[in-house]
Amino acid sequence: MKHLVVLAALLLSGPALAQSAGKPAWGPGADDAAFAAMLKTSFKDKGIAKLDRLTQDETQAFCSDPGAASGPAAAAQREKIEAANMATVKWPSDGKWLGDWKEGEKLAQSGRGLTWTDKADQPNGANCYNCHQITPQEISHGTIGPSLLGYGKVRGTSEDALKATWAKIWNAKASNACSLMPRSGHMGILGEAQIRHLMALLLDPQSPVNK
Amino acid sequence: MDRKSLGVAAFLALAAAGATTAYAQKDKALESIDAYREALQDGNPAELYEATGEELWKTPAGPKNASLEKCDLGLGAGVVQGAYAQLPRHFADTDRVQDLESRLLTCMETLQGKDPKPYIQASFKDPPKEEMNALSAYISGLSKGMPINVRPTHPKELAMVELGRRMFFFEGGPYDFSCATCHGQEGTRIRMQELPYIPSAKGAASGWTSWPAYRVSSGEMWSMQWRINDCFRQQRFPEPVYASDATIALSLYMAATASGATMKTPGIKR
Repeated sequence: MKHLVVLAALLLSGPALAQSAGKPAWGPGADDAAFAAMLKTSFKDKGIAKLDRLTQDETQAFCSDPGAASGPAAAAQREKIEAANMATVKWPSDGKWLGDWKEGEKLAQSGRGLTWTDKADQPNGANCYNCHQITPQEISHGTIGPSLLGYGKVRGTSEDALKATWAKIWNAKASNACSLMPRSGHMGILGEAQIRHLMALLLDPQSPVNK
Repeated sequence: MDRKSLGVAAFLALAAAGATTAYAQKDKALESIDAYREALQDGNPAELYEATGEELWKTPAGPKNASLEKCDLGLGAGVVQGAYAQLPRHFADTDRVQDLESRLLTCMETLQGKDPKPYIQASFKDPPKEEMNALSAYISGLSKGMPINVRPTHPKELAMVELGRRMFFFEGGPYDFSCATCHGQEGTRIRMQELPYIPSAKGAASGWTSWPAYRVSSGEMWSMQWRINDCFRQQRFPEPVYASDATIALSLYMAATASGATMKTPGIKR
């Protein structure tokens, strides 16, 4: 699946990136100083959304140059970034993988959290339906991510399936360097208990995802 | 194929089958949204804002008690017809690339003697910004039906369009979002909302030709600056400064990519 995404990115980015004129947006000859200056004068703190959010980590910086990030030359760099993200994954502290799928459904429905109109003490939603089809009942779902219908039915609840799913939710960049999915655990969007509920939504045989 | 690949293949096949069944339902839902949008075209309340904007343009105001009628939006002093379709562009007097709203601030300062600060700092729902939203509705309305003509040639325009392209792909914040996260694929949706693929001429046009727009759900007239501001909010970024270079660069990138398409402003959104 990862390769398909990379291939799609290559196909889509080709013509659009070829039309650059003047100094290129990225890479050799790009005006990095002008871009940094523009960022600095163009944004301000508002509510909980502070300017430090514009300071990129290595993953964000790498994925901000779509041509370089998706090209074959960057394969080694992608693997390095995936390994670094994998190293951030914290496994469930009590060995329990699955919470309550009904709580998971509520989290999946909620797109709330971390904008400048949100408050610091509000729990964040998980934003899942914005991009994924999940239960057959909810037809108002996005299509940026793959459909998750039948997710657990296909994968079962082997140790491997549990670990892969947990890692994907905790840090989506651990398996795909420039995945469009947020790194929910790593970035502190969701806590361990919330991730357990999402795990149940996907993997519990009783969840409507697997009916 | 090893076991893992087989699993993935089976997962993909199942997901595809599921998607096909769900597709029929979804098409119906999308169709009814489209029908609703079409019905909305019959009477666009943006007309009321256009009338207010015209009055703001023609009525003397500010310390110099002057109207904006001598403002040069790029086609010469006082020419409003078709002006929006050729913005953003470089202006010699400020030696800056400006979009409509930053250019209006310049005219308000130079012609009317107004301090732009309250206009920059006000929230989009406060009176100073209501003026900007109404002016945007009026001026963009006088480019309706005209082709976008934004073809960067000045060195500052050429530099700005590349800065805009880079801004579009710039990831940051707790969600790692960039503009491209939502607008960098063809044919995707957030929930039921279809998303334009902005790096393509068609996608850029679908965005650029339909804003400023009246939003039925909130009963508000949104300028392009407001539209971009709310994108950054949802991106979990800090707030873009009103009429700042990042917002102008993004606008220029979109307008230049959409150049040639026909303006439909002011638009109407659900």
